[in-house]
Amino acid sequence: MRNTRNGWKRGAGLAAAAACASLVLGACGSDSGGSIADQTKVNESKAAEAGDCGDVNMAVNPWVGYEADAYVVGTLMETELGCKVNYKELKEDVSWQGFGTGEVDVVMEDWGHPDLEKKFFADQGDGSAEPFGETGNVGIIGWYVPPWLAEAHPDILDYKNLNNYAKDFATSESGGQGQFLGADPSYVQFDESIVSNLDLDFKVVFSGSEAASITAFQQAEKNKEFLIGYFYEPQWLFADIDLQRVKLPEYTDGCQDDPAEVACDYPETTLQKVVSTSWADEGGPAVDLVKNFQWTNDDQNVVAKYISEDGMKPEDAAAKWIGENPDKVAAWLG
Amino acid sequence: MSATLAPARPEPDASAPPPRQRASIPRWGWALVVVGVWIVVWAFTKGNHTLAMPIREHTDVQDRLTGFRDAVLASRDTNPVIQLTYGIGEWFGSAVDWCQRMISIEDFPRPVPQIGWLGVTAIATWVGLAAAGWRIAVLVAASFVSFGLFGYWSESMDLLIITFVAVAVAVVIGLPLAVYYGTAGRTGTAVLTTILDLMQTMPTFVYLSPIVLFFGIGASAAVVCTLIYALPPIIRIAGYGIRSVSTTTIEATDSSGQTAFQRLRKVQLPMARSTIVVGVNQTTMAALSMATIAAFVDGPGLGQPVLQGLIRNDVGSAFVPGMLIVVMAVMLDRSTTAASQAAEKAARGQVDLRLRRIVLAVAGAVTLALVYYSRQNMSAARFPDSSWGDRVADWVDSFFTWFTETFHGVTQAIVDSVSTVLLNPLQELLAQSPWWLVGLAILALGAIFGGARAVVPAVVCLAGIRYFGLWHDAMITLNMVLVATLLVMVLAVVFGVWMARSKVADILVRPLLDAGQTIPPFVYLVPVLALFGPSRFTAIVAGVVYAAPVAIKLVADGVKGVSATTLEASRSTGCTRWQEITKVQLPMARGSLMLAANQGLLYVLSMVVIGGLVGAGALGYDVALGTSRSEEWGKGAAAGITIVLLGVLLDRIMRASAEEDAVSKNPLQQAKRFPRFPHALTVP
Repeated sequence: MRNTRNGWKRGAGLAAAAACASLVLGACGSDSGGSIADQTKVNESKAAEAGDCGDVNMAVNPWVGYEADAYVVGTLMETELGCKVNYKELKEDVSWQGFGTGEVDVVMEDWGHPDLEKKFFADQGDGSAEPFGETGNVGIIGWYVPPWLAEAHPDILDYKNLNNYAKDFATSESGGQGQFLGADPSYVQFDESIVSNLDLDFKVVFSGSEAASITAFQQAEKNKEFLIGYFYEPQWLFADIDLQRVKLPEYTDGCQDDPAEVACDYPETTLQKVVSTSWADEGGPAVDLVKNFQWTNDDQNVVAKYISEDGMKPEDAAAKWIGENPDKVAAWLG
Repeated sequence: MSATLAPARPEPDASAPPPRQRASIPRWGWALVVVGVWIVVWAFTKGNHTLAMPIREHTDVQDRLTGFRDAVLASRDTNPVIQLTYGIGEWFGSAVDWCQRMISIEDFPRPVPQIGWLGVTAIATWVGLAAAGWRIAVLVAASFVSFGLFGYWSESMDLLIITFVAVAVAVVIGLPLAVYYGTAGRTGTAVLTTILDLMQTMPTFVYLSPIVLFFGIGASAAVVCTLIYALPPIIRIAGYGIRSVSTTTIEATDSSGQTAFQRLRKVQLPMARSTIVVGVNQTTMAALSMATIAAFVDGPGLGQPVLQGLIRNDVGSAFVPGMLIVVMAVMLDRSTTAASQAAEKAARGQVDLRLRRIVLAVAGAVTLALVYYSRQNMSAARFPDSSWGDRVADWVDSFFTWFTETFHGVTQAIVDSVSTVLLNPLQELLAQSPWWLVGLAILALGAIFGGARAVVPAVVCLAGIRYFGLWHDAMITLNMVLVATLLVMVLAVVFGVWMARSKVADILVRPLLDAGQTIPPFVYLVPVLALFGPSRFTAIVAGVVYAAPVAIKLVADGVKGVSATTLEASRSTGCTRWQEITKVQLPMARGSLMLAANQGLLYVLSMVVIGGLVGAGALGYDVALGTSRSEEWGKGAAAGITIVLLGVLLDRIMRASAEEDAVSKNPLQQAKRFPRFPHALTVP
């Protein structure tokens, strides 16, 4: 009994002390932030003046290059066109499902998803999505090694010499053969076929995620270890480590048609924008902006580097790039 | 008092007679025979009928699963079920949105939410004070301030809202089901148990995209996937509590002529109250652990910055929100536990009600004043900027860079030796044997350890694994799960005994265990990858970090439960410390060790998908593949179902063997059934 009562008394004292302290703190800082009532009025009048842009639902797929595209366009929509942009962190599959329900309006960077196109583009599917032009970025997929390796053993950059080094590439996972590091399951990969059709003494071990692949390449460069794996550009890692591409038999039309027979390099992929059909039909300045948007791999790498290397928030990185490139931006805004 | 299932803790009976020796060959002898035969047959047949399959090929069954998903997707505009679930999803979405505008995001045209951080903190502190006393009130206030101080106020509030909505719905749906589970007959219980097993072991990634299809993107999907994972603990634990109300009490009150409903309301529910609270507590913890997964479908909350950090390989910026999830888990765990204790105390009339009312009224008035103040003033509405979060992130970053650079050589040696000594030989046996050989061997081992009771579920599960066409991958995954469980048990025994024997150790280690259990694996994935590279061992490390805490706590509790009299007796006969541990404490805590192994194994299994993201391949990679590429969904779903089947297979064999064990040791003692998946965060 006595203990309980003491507990309550102490509690009362503490509560009072805490309340006093926070009131004092609050009083000190109250004039630093500007008054809530004033800002509410400003917001109200802004809302009355705003144009007819409305809400834009922007899917943000999980890689930094995509974030660069999405936030540059999204920031322009907000600052120049007065839209309200809802960024939605989603994987590709889920983003495309959202076109039909109005939950997603824009996918800014698509690396090609034949199965999703079949379901959602008009010619074969329900027509809830439509392609909306190229982003100007070119996706390069290939086999890469860390730069130290390319320098120490230049002949490694030709697939014909890879077998000479197979033992050096062996790991705990590759069962005596050389290890080839496969990638995140999101990407189209024919490495198992390429390895076997080119008679390479390698085993494909899947890293399983982009984070795992990036960490592996970073560690291999830092510790001067042998590593060969699937990688791609544009990717922010290239600003940090200049991975070197290994030459495979050149890509020719149709050489990747039969997955089991592939024995050639990957083709270049032109990345495209995809939007919700109903959103595009409504029209408006935001639709035109997405349609006009185009930039280069270098442009994207700059913004991606601001985000990943310099640790900037994506909206700040986008604003910085916009400030540095007024001409390009003006062209998109028409 | 502890928040683990108190009734589940095996309490070895000090007066139990010494184990009766079997006259015939002991069970492990038969098991050795089976393994011996297996190895001999393997030597002649290895490499045949292993059912290995290239990564992008599917079986007909897997294609049919994909086809089913496609058909549902194509019918979404007309399907009445989807219309209904979409309606429910919208309702969840707007409930969450309303809460968000109250406390976490700006309620346009206001530049800030309706109630600012100071007001929210004051309300939460008052609730803590009212429900659990001043200690909890201080803990709550400190936790809320830390959310803002580290720069994640809004995300923290979002996570609280999602957790709160999901737990509220879980209680509404779960309590009636728990009553059914606690009162139903054998068949009803068995059916429900299987469904609950499925809900908890099925990897969330598998049903993420169907959930979006049925409930929409964002908060609604987040609530639903959290709900699916968080519902089972309350049904299991509360049901267990209702079932364990003593039959004498029920008979005594039945004799007064009560109806079944009266019995439930007046006797069973009140007597099971403290267990039900444990159920709610565990449901809350489970809900929190879904935070990062929900972020994959734009679920608001602390999971989003964790995922962002992972995408950028930025350990520091994933670590800070990850730690805040731990803070929130510890806060909710301690306050729900303390609240139930306080309620019991109040029920016994040990609280001065008048003083309590006065304190609460005064504190309430202060709270209202603070709420009002936080609606008017910017600094009380929006948490002032602070650089704490960034500083901690930088510090963590440089620590991990140093750590990985310093220990890189050592860790590679560990990976290589564990792989050659443990992983490779066992995988050779499991995955390179013909499928029928492994199947027969598992059945034989199941029969030896679990008797007839284990054989039927084992046959069903093995047939299921064969049917879904990922046998080879299942065996590789099984191998990793077994090795990880072995490591978990080594840690559990070492740390469990240490914690049980030393109070200081217990106090030091327990918070680390809580953190290991609640911190999202995505936080430590990058440093673990940097240390061990993409490999099966990395996956095992992730599994061990998650599973070891539960096992350690269970072993510690079990060893602590060994009666003091027994220990005294053994000391008086001159036992050394080592003898005391190996001859008295561990054998007496045998039940806890078994429960720890069972739980450890199932927790490891729930990390299989994470393993697929760090180079372990097999079932985990198949699930990740199914989530990433729409045409592979069927294969991912088949892998998910296979994980469930593996879990049920191992669980049933272990449980049957524990029951066999208990019966053979002491026929008089009723075999205790394991309550599974207690998701325990124990409180000292």
